[in-house]
Amino acid sequence: MDMNIALLILTTVAALWTVMARSLLKATIGLAVTSALIAVIIFRLNSPLAAVFELSVCAGLITAIFVSTISLTKPLTHNQILQASKDRMKRYWYLPVILVVIGAGLVCMKAGQGPAMAKPLESAIDVRTMLWDLRRLDLLGQVMILIAGALGVVMLFEETKNDKR
Amino acid sequence: MISGNWQTFSTFGFFIILLFVCGAYCLVVTRSMIRAIIGIELLVKAVTLLIIVVGDITGRAALAQSLVITIIIIEVVVAATAAGIALSVFRHTDSLDVRNLKNLKG
Repeated sequence: MDMNIALLILTTVAALWTVMARSLLKATIGLAVTSALIAVIIFRLNSPLAAVFELSVCAGLITAIFVSTISLTKPLTHNQILQASKDRMKRYWYLPVILVVIGAGLVCMKAGQGPAMAKPLESAIDVRTMLWDLRRLDLLGQVMILIAGALGVVMLFEETKNDKR
Repeated sequence: MISGNWQTFSTFGFFIILLFVCGAYCLVVTRSMIRAIIGIELLVKAVTLLIIVVGDITGRAALAQSLVITIIIIEVVVAATAAGIALSVFRHTDSLDVRNLKNLKG
């Protein structure tokens, strides 16, 4: 449990760094670190398959997508970044405080009550059975979404290629 | 056993809310499209962690894992498509500022 809390604190710090980093590349690296830490937490919570997906896809593939997007776009100058950061802090300084207070309030409000939780199942169904047998229709949906996403990306890049001509 | 589960859930819940707040803050304050996508990613990560924690507490880890795998696949598609749109907008307007989207016609 203590290890989990340490990991959760590290994850929060990495997420804060992701949000506050001025450079987009640093923010992307922060996101990858957050993903890797979440993968460790997921592994510790008896979900190894989801942890592998989180680590390989979220910490790997999505980081690669972001880095290639950043490399294809023009970054802001240092002064522009500083100015934007100052403006942001001036305009929205109260937002995180309000959100944290509301979140902590919600947790404290519910902490004393202890609602009825379902008891752990005696025999947990294997994840492969769940994925391939019970959620077969959902898999079809996933495949369709993947194809739609791939087609969308292809169309977007095709459009930019035509624009260049 | 049940009160122990609730304590675990509240501990994780606090940090999940913090993670969600980070993502929401990033999404609300930024004007860069790439940062907005990063904010969405953080929000999705908070939800992923919540599902896994609930799956572990209720003993339905298999169901939680299969749901998380679905979420991760959709997350990748959303990230790739959003990155494509950001690139497309950048090539049209030479900027990643989301306010430029107001000028698009048709």
